[in-house]
Amino acid sequence: MSETLTTVSAGLLAQTAGLLDTDTFLLSVALKVALVLGLFFVVPLVVGYMEHKAMARLQHRRGPMFAGPAGSLQLVADGIKFLQKEDVIPRAADRWVFAIAPGMALVPAMLIFFVLPLAPGLWAQDLELGLFYALAITSISVLGVMMGGWASANKFSLIGGLRAAAQLIAYELPLILAAIAVAVQAGSLSLVSIVESQATFTIAGTNVNLWFVFPQILGFGIFFVAALAELSRPPFDMPIADSELVFGYMTEYTGMKFAMYLLTEYAGMVSMSALMVVLYLGGWQILPGVPLPGCEGAGGLFDCGALGTLIGLGVTLGKILLLTFVMVWLRVAYPRLREDQLQRMSWLVLVPLSLVNLAVVTVAKVVF
Amino acid sequence: MSVSDLSARETIHPASAPGESLNLEIVGDGAFTTADMTLSVGPAHPATHGVLRVVLEMDGERVKTAYPVIGYMHRGFEKLAEHRDFRQNLALVNRHDWLSGMTNEIGLALTVERMLEMEVPERAQWIRMICAEWNRILNHLLFIGSYGLELGAITPMFYATRERERIQYLLEAASGGRLHYTYNQPGGVKIDLPKGFLHQSVELVADVKKRLQDFDDLLLGNEIFQARTKGVGPLSTDVALSYGVSGPTLQATGIPEDVRVSEPYLKYDQVEVPVPVGENGDSFDRFYCLLARMKASCHIIEQCHDMIPAGPVNVKLPKMVKAPEGATYVRVENPLGSLGYWLESDGGRTPWRLKMRTASFSNVQVLPYLLEGTLVPDAISVLGSVFFVVGDVDR
Repeated sequence: MSETLTTVSAGLLAQTAGLLDTDTFLLSVALKVALVLGLFFVVPLVVGYMEHKAMARLQHRRGPMFAGPAGSLQLVADGIKFLQKEDVIPRAADRWVFAIAPGMALVPAMLIFFVLPLAPGLWAQDLELGLFYALAITSISVLGVMMGGWASANKFSLIGGLRAAAQLIAYELPLILAAIAVAVQAGSLSLVSIVESQATFTIAGTNVNLWFVFPQILGFGIFFVAALAELSRPPFDMPIADSELVFGYMTEYTGMKFAMYLLTEYAGMVSMSALMVVLYLGGWQILPGVPLPGCEGAGGLFDCGALGTLIGLGVTLGKILLLTFVMVWLRVAYPRLREDQLQRMSWLVLVPLSLVNLAVVTVAKVVF
Repeated sequence: MSVSDLSARETIHPASAPGESLNLEIVGDGAFTTADMTLSVGPAHPATHGVLRVVLEMDGERVKTAYPVIGYMHRGFEKLAEHRDFRQNLALVNRHDWLSGMTNEIGLALTVERMLEMEVPERAQWIRMICAEWNRILNHLLFIGSYGLELGAITPMFYATRERERIQYLLEAASGGRLHYTYNQPGGVKIDLPKGFLHQSVELVADVKKRLQDFDDLLLGNEIFQARTKGVGPLSTDVALSYGVSGPTLQATGIPEDVRVSEPYLKYDQVEVPVPVGENGDSFDRFYCLLARMKASCHIIEQCHDMIPAGPVNVKLPKMVKAPEGATYVRVENPLGSLGYWLESDGGRTPWRLKMRTASFSNVQVLPYLLEGTLVPDAISVLGSVFFVVGDVDR
């Protein structure tokens, strides 16, 4: 009996080892984690720096100047400052919930980076349900915001947290409906396949290089607005609303916990922009129909050497920065909406529009 | 545990904050009833422009009652004034409304001059007008910038600061002070304008006029700004008058009341003073009036440039100015509204009584009326557009 068991388990082990070479497997996992963590901690910093500098330019001032070349280390210096601050927890706060809330917001913002395709062959995991996973993960962040707002035992925080919840419910719907339309057009939920299908899309048997932003400009607009609202970026920053709610759900947070919320916001900007690049802007394609240098296969996009991959990564990051710049620009240009106006815009404008968009795309998909 | 298992009156988290409770209670058999929440806005809240505190009684996000709690920074100006002579008092009055020092000084100087029946040189009067109008623009710029901040727009504040900086340099060149000028004195102004002042002033007024367009573009013409301010906190003329509201807040309700026109002092009867009015008295109109008043001030300054004569700027004063026995009341147009000084003298070197009628105090009184029934964001919009400086309330 025991002999049989040993034989079976030995066989299983051998099989597993055959399927997955242990060394390469561990190495690739380590590389993937390093890639994701690197992206998660570096790109948001770049976005934050860009926000400082772009806002300063748009507002006729200079922005950070002294920390590092042209103030580029300002956010690092801020991080060190946050580390030194006292970690205050209000006496009446729900200590555990209060403490884990920033992490609750931060971790999902990181997990989404695991499915983002950045360049040919450069992604941590190509999930079949990648889009579904990404959208599901992003909505968890708001839970962290709500928990923080509730646990702070502060009335301003409470209102901020509840506003965040209301905002999530209102804007998750148009966001998902807009993304579904892309999935329908691409015929896949995998983010890699969606990029691929933007290079190999066929209409009536002809292969066209069609970025989905062109047929779905409406959906792109809806997705962008809903993403802004979900991130509570101005002009949709009611959960924070510094002039009304002092700082909303963040009012009682200090030091690293506050910094984690901040990082969540910037990481959210990056991941939402990356999603938009993947869904609508052709991923790492330079322009529709322009192949990456050094690449072959489907539209010159998928079989690349190191150079092609690097250029692809650069193109993706460039597009992400462009979109985040638009977000910064909106922050500089607009005042804040009122909560009820925000709700009205979602339920009466964005949801119907996104349904129309979905219907049109589905019908077009069937016809062509 | 079902809802009915809860004890008859069990407080749920987080109600146990020290001081005030959150009033989140399960009442009776545990059915979903709500209770009102008391929200204390201020004294350190960013929207209260100083240390005013507004206590809001709220049902969800809707304000049921609002009560401004004043007096946090009461410094007893009126009492202090009784122990200072008239020149020292000028240094005192430019502090109660720290954004309108020049106009406050002019108000008190005019009061003392009327008591002394003193004739002020022509040039001094024109200089006072130029400085007062610059001070008005300085004040309004700050309100316009911070009103943007209150609605979540950050850029107008930087644009406002850009202009304010240059105007402050200009006034500093004349008086030596950036905020507390102490430039006026009974009988005129302390010293003549420095060389090149008028030239700079002419240049600056042209620049400011051009730059005011930025605020039009960023705020007045912005859809979100309009959605946040139009129809918010409407104030009718009757209510405004019964609460003693003045300045741009009153003008927004449609009354072209301006002390510079209705009771001209200095040389305001010799220049054209445009008085903007609003239609509905809502936040948008109040903001519009403030912007339009800046344009009007630019227009007045331009006229002053053309008309200012040469000559002496003050009269020689005795070492100790003593106002004769009696009393008088002088009104001037403070940037925020009508400012009045009631001066009673027993013939000594200090006022026997100095009573101020300040614009901000009356403007704050109307807040409970305006805030009732609004949402929190609208309450902030109203709070920022009923123009007041807290030092002027708690003087």
